[in-house]
Order: sequence, then C-alpha cells, then structure tokens
Amino acid sequence: MYNKADEILSQTKELNCRISDLVLQNECKIKESSEEEVRKQVRAILQVMRDAAHSGIETETMSVSGLIGGNAVKADNYRKTKKTVCGDVVNRAIARALSTSEVNASMGRIVAMPTAGASGIVPAAVITAAETINASDDDIIDALFTASGVGQLIKKNATISGAEGGCQAECGAGAAMAAAAIVELYGGTPEMAFDAAAIAIKSVLGLVCDPVAGLVEVPCSKRNATGVVNAMACADMALAGIKSAIPFDEVVDAMYKIGKALPAALRETSMGGLATTPTGEEVRCRLACHR
Amino acid sequence: MSNISIFEIMGPVMIGPSSSHTAGAEKLGKAASSILDKSFDSVEFYLHGSFAKTYKGHGTDKALVAGILGMSADDERLRDSLQIAEQRGIKVDFIEADLGEVHPNTAKIVIKNKGVVLLTLVGSSIGGGNIIINEIDGSELEISGQYPVIIASYKDVKGMISKITGVIAKNEVNIATLKVSRSSRGEVATTVIETDNTATTAIVEQITQIENVISVRVLNSF
Repeated sequence: MYNKADEILSQTKELNCRISDLVLQNECKIKESSEEEVRKQVRAILQVMRDAAHSGIETETMSVSGLIGGNAVKADNYRKTKKTVCGDVVNRAIARALSTSEVNASMGRIVAMPTAGASGIVPAAVITAAETINASDDDIIDALFTASGVGQLIKKNATISGAEGGCQAECGAGAAMAAAAIVELYGGTPEMAFDAAAIAIKSVLGLVCDPVAGLVEVPCSKRNATGVVNAMACADMALAGIKSAIPFDEVVDAMYKIGKALPAALRETSMGGLATTPTGEEVRCRLACHR
Repeated sequence: MSNISIFEIMGPVMIGPSSSHTAGAEKLGKAASSILDKSFDSVEFYLHGSFAKTYKGHGTDKALVAGILGMSADDERLRDSLQIAEQRGIKVDFIEADLGEVHPNTAKIVIKNKGVVLLTLVGSSIGGGNIIINEIDGSELEISGQYPVIIASYKDVKGMISKITGVIAKNEVNIATLKVSRSSRGEVATTVIETDNTATTAIVEQITQIENVISVRVLNSF
C-alpha cells in the first residue's frame, strides 16, 4: 500500500518498476484478483471511455437542459479543415474532452474519473497521446493505472469532490492524473510523472466550482477541454526535464487547505461565481420556468 | 489511511451527468428495491437539500426510479425510467422535504402496495456514486454497501444475537461487522450484520424461524 507520492517513488526505485506496476499489484491485493482479471475490467472501462470520447464528435449531442451541446463536432470540424493554433493533437484531445462531457450532460454513458463532472479529461488526454506514438491498448491500460494511482493519492490526502474542494479537486485532479499517465506512456520516470501531476494542480489551485443553474454543463464542459490542455502541457514540461519546485504531496496538501478555505458559495452550491452572474441567473430562471 | 481500489477513482461506469446526483441516486433506489424484494405499485421520494433543489437538472428523479426498477447505474434506459415505471403501473411521486440534520443529498423512499407501506428507507449519496443507508423502517443504522448485509429485527429479549449469529456461523459465512440498536429496553431491537459472503435464502429462512424474530431483510449488492 502507499499513501504518499514519496512512498510510491521509493518503492518504484527499490523494485525498479513503474507507477502502474505498483498500482496494479496493490489492486490485485485489494480485490484478491489476478493481474489478468483486473486488466480485463479496465479494458471494458476503456471501451466505455472511447465510445463517450467519440460519439459526441460523430453526432451533435445536446444536454438534457439544452444549455450545451454540439461543441465537440465544431472542435473536430475546425481541426480537420482549418490551420489551428495549438495543432492537431491538442485539438483532437479538446474535441474528445468536449464529447465526453456532452455525452455526460445528455444522460449518456460515461466513466466517472475521478468524477462525472471531470470525466472528459483523462480519456481524451490518454487516448490522444497514445495515438501519436501508436501505443497499444495494454499501454493505455497501464497509463490508466498510473492515472488512478495519482487519483488515489489525491482522494486519500485531499478530496476529489467539488462540493468539498471546488473544481481544482475535480478538473485539477483529472488533469494531474492525465499528466502523470501521459508521462509514463511516453517513457518518463516516476519522478517526472509526479512533477507533471504537481504542475497540473498548481496551475489551477483555487479554481472554484460554480456551475450555472446547478448543472454539470457551464463551465464544466469547457473546463474539461482546458483540463486536457493543462495535462498535455504539464506532461511535455516534465518530459523536458522541468521539475515542480513544490513536490506533489505538498501541492495536494495545499490544494486541500485551499478547498477548505473556499466559501461554500464557491463549492458546488451555485450560489456564487459564474452561477450568479447576470447571465448565469438568467439561464437559471429560464430553465426553472421550462420545468 | 485505508487502502482504496482504483475503481473508486476510475468509475463507476454510469449514466451522466453527476456521480452524486445520478449514480448515487440510482444506488439508493436499487438498495430499496433489493431490500424489499416484493412487488409494489407506488413509491414516494422525499428529497432533501441539494437533491430537492437540483433533482430535475441532474436526472436525480429518473435515477431514483431507475434504481427502484432494478436498473444498473450504466443502463441507458435510465433516462426513460419515468415512462417505464408508468408502463409497469408504478406510480411515483417526488416531494421536496426537510429531513432534518442529514447530508445535503438525502432521500427518503417510501414503497407501497395497494396503499400499504412495505418499506421506508432513508439514505444519502455521499459523493463519487457512493451511498450510505441511514434508516430502514424507522431503525437508525449505517450501511455503506461495501459488504452484503443482513438486517434482523426482533423482540428485545435475551440471547437473540447469539442465536442469529449462530445461524450465520453454521452456514459458514464470516461476519465482518455487527451493530445492534433498539428503540428502548424490551421493545424492538435491530441487528445489522455485514458479512464477507452473500447471505443465502437458507440463512434468511433459518433466522426468520427463530422465536421472537420480526423481520429479516437482506441486501447483497447494489
């Protein structure tokens, strides 16, 4: 078992293994299952992730409230037909993140990772990064173990709930998990993976959870898209050898303290932030009337 | 710190949009229908706090009904559950209520048949699709659903716990936790037993036959 990134780092060094190896071993112990059984379960989960990351691109998908939808199609058409600023890889990932969050808001099937609200980040980041290097499904599954390991640490030492820690705890955690996963997928060291994860959280510390009309739609959907970009940028920085000045464990502690210090109005109650802007209020009233 | 599974991070596989308001609500509904294990024709859902304020936007109503109908959290029929309930002749009502000092995402589920109450369950969705059942038929308890559960209510007389646990031991099932509560001395007592293995119908029948036992309910998975 491991409770801190420090412990994972010393164990990976001692056993000369990757983060994903430790996470898989630990899971086999918890579930009293074989590695093959755990992999089989994750393979089924990966299929759900792929479907959700693509169906919103193939078909315009509207949320139940009608507030969001169709942006995944727009993002994908744009990257196919125009010269983009961020390039094809980043834009493909953005389209996939939007797809998953639109499928989620339409009451479609998704994998909460770490939550439903932030479910677009890890699949889009990992699937897209894997494509670039022609990684196999087994490599992607390993990357998902690494992402889960980072998520386990955040859940144990802080929170992955927007109601408790704000959006930094959901989209921030998702980006950190994705960043570490990509680093391992690209052959980076466990240290680099935690540097990437630390930088990803540091970049969104203090991010509030202020959903318009209480729905997992605005700004959640687009924060999934920028969460993917955050993850990819941090993975590249870490792979370039850039370190996080503050270690991962301390960043997670800081995130938790900041979350606790946020007023309740900014923790998933829709009583502040974007939810109470004139437009946010107008949307809330409009939807309430329609009900 | 306890060891947590990767599937608490990567999962559940679910119908959106919210793990607490949709997947957790489905689990609460499913828990109620699995404990009851009988047919019924109407269900009242009393919604508290955030559940009361945002249930339509999050599909909490559809998820609760899907659970009551026995659907899983990743069943795509979840979004049509209200119509499916109607087709099956099950009347559902949603009532905004103040359930007191409870978690913001709490629901009280009252299941009836021909006007007779068959089960009352109070439970909370505590995040990430996880739930806690706080009350069944007026008995306060705490069930997280990590393990199969046997809930036995009986007249509060001497030796009941040893008789009940004796049946469980005889059926070679290991007890993980055991909690006893009672309304007052000599009245009705309730024992909640979490076990490592599924509770079989044999166990239920044998406990039911013990003198002074009023009811035995089982929740194997939800």
